[in-house]
Amino acid sequence: MSAKNRPLSPHLQVYRWQWTMAYSILHRATGVALSVGALFLVCWLVALAGGAAEFTLVQDFSASIIGKIMLLGWTWSLFYHLANGIRHMVWDSGRWLELKPAELSGHISLASSVVLTLLVWVLAYSS
Amino acid sequence: MAEFRLPANSKIREGKKWPKAEGKNVKTFKIYRWSPDSGETPQVDTYEINLDECGPMVLDALIKIKNEIDPTLTFRRSCREGICGSCAMNIGDGKKGGTNTLACTKYISDMGSDVVINPLPHMEVVKDLVPDLNKAYAQLASIEPWMKTQTPPPPDQERLQSPEERKKLDGLYECILCFSCSTSCPSYWWNGDRYLGPAVLLQAYRWIADSRDEYTGERLDNLEDPFRLYRCHTIMNCSNTCPKGLNPAKAIAEIKKLMIERQG
Repeated sequence: MSAKNRPLSPHLQVYRWQWTMAYSILHRATGVALSVGALFLVCWLVALAGGAAEFTLVQDFSASIIGKIMLLGWTWSLFYHLANGIRHMVWDSGRWLELKPAELSGHISLASSVVLTLLVWVLAYSS
Repeated sequence: MAEFRLPANSKIREGKKWPKAEGKNVKTFKIYRWSPDSGETPQVDTYEINLDECGPMVLDALIKIKNEIDPTLTFRRSCREGICGSCAMNIGDGKKGGTNTLACTKYISDMGSDVVINPLPHMEVVKDLVPDLNKAYAQLASIEPWMKTQTPPPPDQERLQSPEERKKLDGLYECILCFSCSTSCPSYWWNGDRYLGPAVLLQAYRWIADSRDEYTGERLDNLEDPFRLYRCHTIMNCSNTCPKGLNPAKAIAEIKKLMIERQG
């Protein structure tokens, strides 16, 4: 019997999305976003060292609509990755691994990341 | 690198629509079909069943289809009471998608809309709902799922265990090796050739946690690997889907804890 032509059964295409699955891929995605954000932070520091003209260039980009959207995304990514990172640390201690706390802690991670992001932006704009 | 899309030979076509069923209580079943003899890509066939003439479980419907509508429909089943693990498959409704479970313990009435049935995800399909489990069984064999000892057994009795020691095996010994959990795990989908997956790791922990086993250190050595153990990212699909209500994610976390503890 030839096993070579066997199809692969459907996976992502048919699997029902689980909260914990979504929070996990979000952790990975925010991690990637933060790596890119770190590069931008380096650009900002290099521009700062480079002089007024370069620094103004980066500052202007940050103040543009696209720049603001990216900064907002990075702020949220930072807080979600942080909150979910704490969740992972608790998991590593063997806790919160039952179905309910595993899912609830994910909801809390997401909610707290949104609240903290709003807090930072409100503080930034009110000062 | 993970391949999120299905390869060309696995793309699913619309299949045959079997004759409509008579009666007031009719349910539609959409079932994954593929035959090695067809030379075609997989398809989804649509069957209708009068639930007034059918048992309550998904397996009852599958057997009814095979008996009365389409004898070529192929699936594994044996005990029909959730203890053999043969009829594990991906079952859900057309709207939300499916999770892995045993057809024999899954109520048809759990599905609001059409019942959609696929083989266990991201596996090679032998035929219809029958996946090739050879690799999974080889991975199970690799963790040597039997008691290993160096000291000779007591001459006049079994190797004894205190009630507390025995209690550590609760939630582990009940696993029936249906591989619902492993095939629900995205890490196992993308790295199944090197990651052992939740079912096998739960079995590994079952022997690590057994007070009578004397090879705990060797067992941990065997798992100390970036792929075999540490591809678990606590996605929790395994524990969410286990038809026996076990918690493979917790068993894996316990193994990871032992790895840290033995480093001192």
